[in-house]
Amino acid sequence: MASSIPASVPAEAGVPSVAAAGGRVARRTRLLALGGGTFVALLLVVAAAAPYLAPHDPVRQSLRVRLAAPTLEGADGRAHPLGTDHLGRDVLSRTIFGARVSLVIGFAAVVVGSLVGATLGITAGYRGGWVDTVIMTVADAQLAFPFILLAIGIIAVLGPSFPTLIVVIGLSGWPGYARVLRAQVMVLRSREFVDAIHALGGTVVRIVSRHIVPNILSSLVVIGTLELARSIVLEATLSFLGLGIQPPTPSWGGMVQEGREYLDSAWWISTCPGLVLMLTSVAVSRTGDWLRDLLDPTLRGE
Amino acid sequence: MRAVAAFLATRLARALVAVWLVSTVVFVVMRLSGDPVPLLLPPDAPRSEYARVAKELGTDKPLPVQYGVFLGNALRGDFGRSIHFREPASHVVVGYLPATAELGLTAFALALIVAVPIGLVSAVRRNSLLDQVAMAVALVGQSAPTFFVGILLILLLSLKAGWLPTSGRGDWTNLVLPALTLGAFSMASIARLTRSALLEVLRADYVRTARAKGLRERVVVIKHALRNAAIPIVTITGLQFGTLLGGAVVTETVFAWPGIGRLAIQSIYNRDYPVVQCVVFLSALLFIVINLTVELIYGVLDPRIRPR
Repeated sequence: MASSIPASVPAEAGVPSVAAAGGRVARRTRLLALGGGTFVALLLVVAAAAPYLAPHDPVRQSLRVRLAAPTLEGADGRAHPLGTDHLGRDVLSRTIFGARVSLVIGFAAVVVGSLVGATLGITAGYRGGWVDTVIMTVADAQLAFPFILLAIGIIAVLGPSFPTLIVVIGLSGWPGYARVLRAQVMVLRSREFVDAIHALGGTVVRIVSRHIVPNILSSLVVIGTLELARSIVLEATLSFLGLGIQPPTPSWGGMVQEGREYLDSAWWISTCPGLVLMLTSVAVSRTGDWLRDLLDPTLRGE
Repeated sequence: MRAVAAFLATRLARALVAVWLVSTVVFVVMRLSGDPVPLLLPPDAPRSEYARVAKELGTDKPLPVQYGVFLGNALRGDFGRSIHFREPASHVVVGYLPATAELGLTAFALALIVAVPIGLVSAVRRNSLLDQVAMAVALVGQSAPTFFVGILLILLLSLKAGWLPTSGRGDWTNLVLPALTLGAFSMASIARLTRSALLEVLRADYVRTARAKGLRERVVVIKHALRNAAIPIVTITGLQFGTLLGGAVVTETVFAWPGIGRLAIQSIYNRDYPVVQCVVFLSALLFIVINLTVELIYGVLDPRIRPR
């Protein structure tokens, strides 16, 4: 029974602001988000069905068609709509398979980051005191310096692999969740319903899991979406620096790096995966911004 | 005044703890990343030679002792001798610092000079074609990966158009592409924020009053609106300046720019811990100093804000 009281709080807060945002702008944001969402959904399908969609084996080399420009009939008599790279591998097929790396690492990193960030953020906000100080000092420390250096150091030690990348990229995002959720939990904790449940004999675990978490869920979804974009870009950046998924497995960042030497003569090697990466990042963040405006306008400006 | 001093003291204490935490993590990670001694010796070096070098570097002692030595020296600005360059790490880093400062400040200035006017015009001419195009570009600029922005700029402006060199450091033409790449994200963020902050302020009563008493629109926008919109702009600008340091790592690598970002990456590959530690220490310190400065500027801009 008691759980229905707090559940209505943030939902109501979100509605008038969206209405007040003005029809035209809101419509445009919605359209952009719809486009973004569609793109991400499409990408998920492409990644899942990569072996069926890719016209070629993404790692098969063919010296006869090295550095072929986008063509419908290459020297091997087959279509390479986005050309081939310096080893004669089909760029379209590699870009399609690259989506797998980006999405798997991106989503998994968000799961890791949100679990760690939400746990620490809720703890800090609910417990307060020295626990709060310690957690937030660590968060500030992490935000205080270029994480990419730490990421490179850790990956250099542990070696680049899927699990390492997921944990490192995931952990790079936890202070973002922790800061926002801590502030919200602090507000919720001081509300009367928490005292009421407490007086009725509700345990801390029950208060947090049944009453606090449902109230911060929308923020969590919003931050998670924006973090997804950041994680995908970070993975690509690490791959670009040679510290991501190792060749021959195709990843977008790695492909941009491989094509760098041939930028002048074979622009398509770098540009095609790079543009898809950029589109993905834009699409995911659009969706995140729209979700934020819809679910939790108080997060604006974070 | 006492409240301000107490506030500053707390912030400073937390900032110092942050710097200490960051250096500790980097110390642990770098020591775990492997023994640097073999990198300095020929593969057939005798054991005695190995022991001599290990003693010289201090890596023969147990880790806690090494950590104590590291902390004590770091407090005095001594990060040890660079394993690769064979001179004090702080000297090496200071030698690379001007290139990064040049790049960072140019990128930052470029971002501000371009972004604030664009945000201003976008807010004043809201929903005009210019506003829509500028904001669409800013949205893409905010999400685009730095390294790919760099690659695209090299492809279009230096390889295809032939206007600018692709990499290295030299005269001002070398600076344009890296500064644009590094500044792209900040430019986009500052433009969007300037627009939304101004839109907020332009609705305020005092702006209506200023218009009603017949002031010219220029004066209203610049003197009445922009000044009041300055606080969020200064906040984001300060934070952006901090993130520029992180962006420098990628940008300097893409453009072979001889700054501390590229130095850090190379030093990680060379297992040159003293240099890595020095760079990280310095970046963390800079970031924290910038954040504190930003908070102090608030008080100057808006006397209503009193530190709690």
